Formats: sequence, structure tokens, C-alpha cells
Amino acid sequence: MTNGNTAENDTAGAVNLITCTINNVEARVPEGSTILEAAKTVGVHIPTLCHLDLHDLKMVNQVGTCRVCMVEAEGRWNLLPSCSTAVTQNMVIHTNTPRAVRSRRIMVELFLSNHPKECLICERNQNCELQSLAAELGVREIRYTGPRFKTHKDSSSYSIVRNAEKCVLCRRCETMCNEVQTVGVYSTVHRGFDTVMGTAFDLPMLDTACTFCGQCVSVCPTAALTETDDSEEVWAAVSNPDIFVIAQTAPAIRVTLGEEFGMPVGTQVTGKMVAALKKMGFDMVLDTDFAADLTVVEEASEFMHRMEHGGRLPILTSCCPAWVKFIEHQFPELLDIPSTCKSPHEMFGAVAKSYLARKLGKDPAKIKVVSVMPCLAKKFEARREELTEEPAGADVDYVLSTRELARMIREAGINFGALRDESFDDVMGESTGAAVIFGTTGGVIEAAVRTAAAWLDPENPSPVIDFKQLRGIDGIREAEVAVAGKTLKIAIAHGLGNARKLLTAIRDGEASYDAIEIMACPMGCVGGGGQPYHGNNMEVLKARMEAIFKEDAEKPLRRSHENGQIKRLYEEFLGEPYGEKAHELLHTHYQKREQI
Amino acid sequence: MPQQAAEAAASFPEIDAYIDGLPDINGALIPVLHRAQEEYGYLSREVQLHIARRLQIPASKVFGVATFYSLFTLEKKGKFRINVCLGTACFVRGSEAILRQFETDLGIKARETTEDFLFPLDSIRCVGACGLAPVVMVNDRVYGRVKPEDVKGIVEEHLKRGGE
Repeated sequence: MTNGNTAENDTAGAVNLITCTINNVEARVPEGSTILEAAKTVGVHIPTLCHLDLHDLKMVNQVGTCRVCMVEAEGRWNLLPSCSTAVTQNMVIHTNTPRAVRSRRIMVELFLSNHPKECLICERNQNCELQSLAAELGVREIRYTGPRFKTHKDSSSYSIVRNAEKCVLCRRCETMCNEVQTVGVYSTVHRGFDTVMGTAFDLPMLDTACTFCGQCVSVCPTAALTETDDSEEVWAAVSNPDIFVIAQTAPAIRVTLGEEFGMPVGTQVTGKMVAALKKMGFDMVLDTDFAADLTVVEEASEFMHRMEHGGRLPILTSCCPAWVKFIEHQFPELLDIPSTCKSPHEMFGAVAKSYLARKLGKDPAKIKVVSVMPCLAKKFEARREELTEEPAGADVDYVLSTRELARMIREAGINFGALRDESFDDVMGESTGAAVIFGTTGGVIEAAVRTAAAWLDPENPSPVIDFKQLRGIDGIREAEVAVAGKTLKIAIAHGLGNARKLLTAIRDGEASYDAIEIMACPMGCVGGGGQPYHGNNMEVLKARMEAIFKEDAEKPLRRSHENGQIKRLYEEFLGEPYGEKAHELLHTHYQKREQI
Repeated sequence: MPQQAAEAAASFPEIDAYIDGLPDINGALIPVLHRAQEEYGYLSREVQLHIARRLQIPASKVFGVATFYSLFTLEKKGKFRINVCLGTACFVRGSEAILRQFETDLGIKARETTEDFLFPLDSIRCVGACGLAPVVMVNDRVYGRVKPEDVKGIVEEHLKRGGE
């Protein structure tokens, strides 16, 4: 059973054009085009629900299950699903006949009749494709009554909540999980009225090989898949005078948070974000970017250590918790190649509850660290036992997604657009441009290369800062970087399907590299599962990526090891990079996990 | 294959042999599931996982197909499958009372199986022997014109053979 197809073949050489007529307008489209695609070329809009074409990710969900996009073609007695019917030569199509319009409305009415009609209190209220569709089609009554499908919510996972009662069985999540990410958690299971987008053996998500990347949430048209809501706990901590609450913000959220408040995509809102967090009552607002610089220093040191001591190469970046969980499930025999570095926000937590606690004279057990992340996998990561050290507790106590933070800012009645810019608090608030680019594919490895290039040739440090050969949006990229008379072979993958290809080649000895960066989400953290909904428009992700490189270019310091606060941290507390204390606080280990 | 270590406990040589004999593993899921059910009587979680690994498809997909077709069963079925016909002809001739009698005698409800795994009790719709209504089937054997007082005898007859 295949859910969709890859969009690879549309770049093939000469294509035959065929002619058809849509609503009395002639369209000439490549042979094999669907009616929906042909309609688009002549500006005819056909409502859809299950259909999803994320061309840049080579993902097309074309299952034709929802029957919303039905149209009439002359000479055909039945209505045709436009998303999955190819146009034929001289086909005459009408998209808005009374019969087609009525059929569409009936389909949506049927969906609604089996849907919990609690839109007013739903997570996706005003941001739901089913709701928009009902409005667009002018559904004013639901004439169908009968039993409604009932099941329990699965909130086992700390990251993703599945509420199958709100599922419309569009199967976008399945296509994303199986074909783009190649994780295969979801399938339609059971049959008829009991059909549910489920897991193998109806296992709770926590017991599956789910990486919690959250890409299924990003493409879900309704609230059937949402993030675990941690806002209540965070409000409770913030309002507790006995607890010192520190917020840290990820590189990729400062270029996306503005979208939630109607700002243009790619608006940099770093100063407003800090101001909002302070208004919400956080005792300190610090920057995960600081910890990204720290990660670069540790990871570059580990890389050089492996090179000098004949350690195993390639080194794989370990910043992305979804990717880490993926390798634990899927490639347990390769667990010795990822860097042992904790991800930046976990490093931040460990340092905040030791170094910073000492500086502030606070009891680490009374400090709570809240990470604001573009990511849902970080919620699960924060619960990992190996990232918890008593008595201080977990390195990170709570993780909020970009969407959750936006919701909390609204709840607090803060007028985000009118906020005056504020700066991060001192000690762990400074960062370089290298840290900023952690938020996009290629950024972590570029940041590491900037530092490695300077360190490998200290006499003659490279003047190059922008390693543009590492940038781009292709799913798998390779580049060679010459430093200090050496050529480093580097590979970059984003999207777990691409990661799988790369890891398979490494496992089978078919490829060799010195260093590899992997990010689970398409385009990296700018496309993270916790980011504002991109509305199925990949141009949004590209604009976010540009904003990240712009912020990098504007930074006075652009190499992580030049960060003055990082230097001080090593001098005052950690000692040597990759040394004993650093190992204890900043490094972790991985475990083999079952593959279900 | 690194996964094999984790599955050392569960081994399915019959299924392996069947899969090894296939010209192509693509599209082989349903025949393989049939073969497994034939061999073991039901599709355990372990065998479904094993098939997923061997066919290189997600376990969720195997489970999806196994739960879609009602011919596949995920639970261990008992030795003597009692099916009481509730088709129209049998029903009007009182087969519901026969089903209730089985429930009473076996101490289980329809669609359940006795603890010793000897008797799974279920109902079916018409076996095409309406002339014999009401009909009870035990595995492939048909009992015709059954009366509630016959139920005890049918159960005892099979109990005697239970140990074989």
C-alpha cells in the first residue's frame, strides 16, 4: 500500500502537453497532471482536505480518501476526485456545478457529523483546515445523526497527543511518517467505523519508535495531532515565589514567533520575545544560543580529539533529539559515532543548575529551567533519565514549543507587536552568529567548521566565515572544506528519510565522511514540529532560513569560541574543553531501543 | 541484521522458509499472513513483528492489514470453535436460546473463549443448511435441529476428546 508518490519524475526531459478545458478556460498541462494541478494553472480553486503537496520535500499525499475535491467531467457519469484523477486530452471539466458543490458539502457535513464539535475550545480553533473548509463551503447544518466514533486520547509520550476522534483519516501523518521520515509509526488500523490512524498493536506512542519530530503534527489538518501542553506547569512555576525560573530560547524561534502575531514571515523578534518572557514573570531570560556556542566548542574539541587519537569518524552532530532517537531505534550498531555532546538546551540546563546557580547563590533544586523550542522531540528529551542528576533534577524541567509560547503570551494579555526590545540577561545570554545558524539545515556543521578551521591552523586562522558550500535546501548535501592543509569531507542531511540513506551508506561502508550533520525536520529547526503552522507552504521555511542567516551576518562575533562568556565559563568553572568537568556536565550516552 | 538479537526469543522457521521461497517480498504481506495463521492458528504480536522485519515494512502496516481483514485473527483461538447460527431460519427456530445455553454451560459470553482454550463460542450468519435449522457448528462438523437440552451433550462429547 502506498500513500502517495514522490514528485521526482516531473523534472524528466521532454513532456507531452495535453489540452483540457476547466470551467470554460483552456489549460495546457504536462501529461499525467491531475485535474487539481491543471485547475491551479488557470487560477481555478478546488477545495481539498486530505490532499497535500509539499513539493520541496518530495512529498505528495494523494490518497483521495476525503472526496472533497470532487468535480464533474463531461461524458463521465460519476464525479471525479480531482486530486487523484489525471486529465486526459480534450477533457471538459466543471468544478463548480450544483452537483459537485452539493457533493462536496455533503462530504464535509459527513465529516462534521462524526467530529467532536467543540471548535470553540479546540487547540486548532481558527487554525483548522476542516473548520475553514466548512466555512468556505457554507455548511450551515449537519443533517446526519448517529453514533460518533469514540476513543481515548493518547497522551503517553510527553511530546505528541493523539486525539483520534478529531481525525479525518486524511493520512497525511502516515505519508509524512512513513515516506518522508521513514519511521513508520502510523497506519490505518482496524476497519469500517472503527478505522483509526493508529500504531502497531495499538501501542501508546511512548512505546513506539516515534522520534517525536512532530512533522505529523505540522501537517495534520485538525487537532487530531497536537503537542503536549506544558503551559499550566510553567505558569505554576513562574508564579511560585520559592522557585527561580529561567527561560532559554532556541535559535530558530526568534525568526518564527512573530508569525503567530501576524508579522511577516522571517521577521526577527528577538528583543520582543525577551521582553514578553520578562513580562510573563520569568526570573531570568537567557539564550540557548549561548549553549549552542558551548556545543560548538565541545563538539569541535571532540572532533579534533577523534582525529588526533584515531577515533571513529565520521562524527555525527547530536543536537537534534528526534534524530538521536531515530538512530537509537534504527541503527543501534552505529551508536558510537554520534557526538556525545548533549543538545544545546540540555547543556544550558546543566550549566544553569551548577555554574549559574553558584554565581547567583541559589539552591539548584529551587531552579527550574524552561526551554522554548521549535521542537516537540525536546519535550521527550527533557524526560530522559540520563539527562537528570539529583538533587538538581532534570537539566531542563519544561519545554514549550514556539506555538505554546505564543499562546501563553496571548493568555497573559501581552500586546506582542507593541513591546519594546529588551536584551537577554547577563552571564549566559551572549552568543555569536555561529549559534544563530543552529536553527537551520547546515548551520550546526558550519558553526563547527568555523571553529575547527580556526583551531586547526592557529598560526594562520582562516579568514573565511561563511562556508556557503554547506548551505542549501537539498535533502542530502556533500561538501569538502579545506582547512590547515587538510580536506574535511562533510555531509548534511535533513529529514529522517535522507538521514536513513546516509546512515545506510555509512553502515555498509559505501561512503566515508569526517563529519555529518543531521536534522530530523525538513530544512532543520526552522521547519520544526513545534513551529507556527507553515500552512503547507514551504516558501515559509525558506524565508525563515534567510532570516537566520541575516541575523548571523549582523552579529559582531560569528565564531563560537570567540564568545566571551563561554571563555569565562571555561576559565571559572569547566576547565578544559572536552575535559573531565565538561564530560560530567555536557556529555551524554545513547541506548539501543526497539524498532516498532 | 542487528535486530535479530532482540528477537532471538521468537523464532518462526516455517514463516522464514515460506518467505525465502517467495520470488519477491514486495506485495507478499497478505499471503505471508495467511501462511502464518494457517501455521499457528492466529497472528501473535511476535509473528507480526517478525513478518514486518522480514518484509522490511513497518509493523504498523502489518497490524493495519491484520486488523482490516476479519479472516485474520489476533487472538489464540480455542480447539473446538463452537458457532451457533443466528441466520434468519435458525433464529426463528430458537437458536438464540441455544447460544444462551452454551453461554450458561461454558460460563462465558459469545465471542469469548473458555479459560482452558478448548471452546471459543461465537455466532455466525447462515451456513446454508437452513433445512437443519437451528444449526450449530463445531469446527467443521454440523449439528442440525439442535435443542437447548442437546448443548450439554455436545460440550461433553468434545470434552472427552479434549485431551487428545
